[in-house]
Amino acid sequence: MTGFLAQHGTEIIELTLEHLWLTGSAMLLAAAIGVPTGIWLTRHPRWAKPVLGVVNIIQTIPSLALFGFLLPLPWIGDRAARIAIAALTAYALLPIVRNTYTGIEGVDPTVLGVAKALGMTSGQRLRKVELPLAASFILAGLRTATVLAVGIATIAAAVGAGGLGEFIFRGVASVDNRLVLAGAIPAALLAIAADAGLGWVESRLRVPAPGRT
Amino acid sequence: MTGSAAIVFDQVELTAPDGRVILDHIDLEVPAGSMTALLGRSGSGKTTLLRMVNRLIEPTAGRVMVDSKATTDWDPITLRRSIGYVIQETGLFPHFDAERNIGAVLEIEGRSKQQISQRARQLFTQVGLDYATFAHRLPYQLSGGQRQRVGLGRALAAEPKLLLMDEPFGALDPLTRAEMQDMVRRLLQRLDMTVILVTHDLNEALYLASRIVLLEGGKVVANLPVEEFVGSQIAEVQSYVRAVRRGVLQESK
Repeated sequence: MTGFLAQHGTEIIELTLEHLWLTGSAMLLAAAIGVPTGIWLTRHPRWAKPVLGVVNIIQTIPSLALFGFLLPLPWIGDRAARIAIAALTAYALLPIVRNTYTGIEGVDPTVLGVAKALGMTSGQRLRKVELPLAASFILAGLRTATVLAVGIATIAAAVGAGGLGEFIFRGVASVDNRLVLAGAIPAALLAIAADAGLGWVESRLRVPAPGRT
Repeated sequence: MTGSAAIVFDQVELTAPDGRVILDHIDLEVPAGSMTALLGRSGSGKTTLLRMVNRLIEPTAGRVMVDSKATTDWDPITLRRSIGYVIQETGLFPHFDAERNIGAVLEIEGRSKQQISQRARQLFTQVGLDYATFAHRLPYQLSGGQRQRVGLGRALAAEPKLLLMDEPFGALDPLTRAEMQDMVRRLLQRLDMTVILVTHDLNEALYLASRIVLLEGGKVVANLPVEEFVGSQIAEVQSYVRAVRRGVLQESK
């Protein structure tokens, strides 16, 4: 065991960092696309069903197949990491868009009515009322998406994007469980850490509910 | 009537898309500096009428004049910021503490932090709350009466000439309600404001208002100075007074 760690220690760290980089950049991209899309849908509710339908379908595509679909695309298909990030971003969209949309839709209409009556512009209503009140919801979506992405990122190794999946694929090919675990354990720990960390932020953002309304 | 009218409803009508008439030919003048109570049962159109003043609802015919200018000619944001607005206790922002709630209008107008905090302290005193104790509490940490005080403070923050109150004390117990009514009466005597109060509580209207307008089925059925209301011969007024005073009349028999 110590021999294994001595031999593969640096590689575990390297691949963990690579894994973090893949999921991290995909999450940033997904948030940058998903949150504005969710907000836009609250302003154009007619589009909510079709758009949520599309991001829902993306999620039903098997990840290996999605990586394969992206392979022939120009620019994205040129580098394995780009393929991985694009696919992870696509998977992360559903929870982020859906939670942003339902979070803002769920804001108490009385409170919004008052915001309007006091003379808030629609931008002020969004920034000062809707987003803060929906923040814990939006973060819950980011959290689900992150845990999902950490798991799916292990499959990115199949297209040569690196990450902890490298160990898993190598371990499976050489029937070496130590290698499989060297990929699986850090990946699981990353998922648990992301879940706990984002869960903590989420609880900080939650607006304490009044005992009665 | 003293002075000019602060608000004029000129042949105001509101018809719902399904053809239902919600407000029917409302002609009404609210004298500057007065407190006018809009009285009526639920669904009589009183809240709808109130919300036309700050253009939350626009009439389907006729016009509402504020400061001799039709509400449709006002920029809605400017209009709303110049009018104080109080509703039942649920109207506070649940994620703002009491101080930020009270200063909300000043904040959205872009006043400096220092200005807002200075004005907030004045307002806490005006509405009878201790600044040090309550400034940093969130709405759920306040009692119903305290929430209502914060709501009133918020409405007064930008020193509006016009104040709209929609069933402000509806959710309060009778004792707290009486305290709040006393406070509002004292406060408004000092401030030169035109107030419209929507209520279904006759006693509240009699205690606070200088004029009472009775609405029924989207129509104005009475518009009387407060002293003449209870003795009025108008049938609808009589039945409203009888309904409210039933318990009192039986006891005095």
